[in-house]
Amino acid sequence: MYELKEIKLILETALLSSQEPLPLDELKKLFENELDSETLRKLLDELRQDWYGKGIELVNVASGWRFRVKPEYQTYLDRLNPEKPPRYSRAVMETLAIIAYRQPVTRGDIEQIRGVSVSTHVMKVLEDRGWIDVVGHRETPGRPALYATTKNFLDDLNLRSLEELPPLEDLGNLEKELNL
Amino acid sequence: MNQPEPAVARLYGEPVLEVPQDLYIPPDALEVFLDTFEGPLDLLLYLIRKNNLSVLDIPMAELTRQYMAYVDMMRAHQLELAAEYLLMAALLMEIKSRMLLPRPPQAEDEQADPRAELVRRLLEYEQIKLAALRIDELPQAMRDFALVEVWIEQAAVKRLPQINAEDLRNAWLELLTRVQMNRHHRVTREQLSVREHMTRILRRLQDLKFIEFRELFDVAGGIPELLVTFLALLELARENLVNVTQQEAYAAIYVKLNETRIDV
Repeated sequence: MYELKEIKLILETALLSSQEPLPLDELKKLFENELDSETLRKLLDELRQDWYGKGIELVNVASGWRFRVKPEYQTYLDRLNPEKPPRYSRAVMETLAIIAYRQPVTRGDIEQIRGVSVSTHVMKVLEDRGWIDVVGHRETPGRPALYATTKNFLDDLNLRSLEELPPLEDLGNLEKELNL
Repeated sequence: MNQPEPAVARLYGEPVLEVPQDLYIPPDALEVFLDTFEGPLDLLLYLIRKNNLSVLDIPMAELTRQYMAYVDMMRAHQLELAAEYLLMAALLMEIKSRMLLPRPPQAEDEQADPRAELVRRLLEYEQIKLAALRIDELPQAMRDFALVEVWIEQAAVKRLPQINAEDLRNAWLELLTRVQMNRHHRVTREQLSVREHMTRILRRLQDLKFIEFRELFDVAGGIPELLVTFLALLELARENLVNVTQQEAYAAIYVKLNETRIDV
């Protein structure tokens, strides 16, 4: 029905022209659902191999497959556009880390760990980026909102799941390290 | 960093090449330094590191003394002191005082060390601090790598109707038809004069005396001609110049001169 070579070209074209990562279910529609996930996955793997050795690579993230510029080549692209996006402050990154590793958490939980109150600004920065959202409420007085990280967060860090986050430092090691 | 000159500052336009020995550090600089701490836990971890203290055996008196020194510095410079710093100060002193008091024997096993909870929090915070650094090190979309997207005309996604030459021809023909239907009905002065026809009828009647109604009309002249002739006849009848007679219904209509008028 479809030639393998043709399928790969169709997949490649769709992925290159898409603004969002494309999940398998979406890619199946390209072939009117006549191809099964296993075939597609195999061909996507082959396509990834085909791009090996280029400045652009095909990656599999939480929301699906997409092409990205290899970070090592980004340096050159940045020379075309010297205005680099600023880094997030420590407050933002620590809040993000707590939500990522301890989710779902309330603002109270975040404050408990960081020892300072959580500013609305920090939460807004993360929500505006689409990295965190409210997934429910804790059934305690005040019903505080429970925050969790989003698929978008994983996508932007090129991860497929939370398990791919860098592992937390072992507390025992930290004790040793702080005992100098 | 491509500074044009290695001057540390400029004074009245002159480059200053060395940092003066008696440089006054303004309180703002202290504020910047204290601002680098993300809160009391962060400050405590800094003090523990700086003084090579053991986190498992924190000398509470020493740590509290140093901590308070920083808090006092903040207050002396009237920095807005976050309540969390004062809360921590109170906690540190509480821990120290509990360590000084003899422990009740039954509470020996649970929470034996009053510092335990503080140590747990310090370690937990340190753990998150490191995790935050590592997440920040991960390549991040838009910051460390761009996403590849072949630029396609987005307008094409919003499908526009296809047309061909035939559609265009049809549209033009339709337009022409409509133009015809909408053509103005020009009202012009009548080309045929009723008066002129009245004269013509009278002239014919002069010779014939009377004439059959139908014979007055010249069918070849078209509708306007017929109408004008009819109007002329009505006008003649109104002015009593002719008599229009009919013997019975559907019988022939005759038009004849009104003799009496002519006699006059």
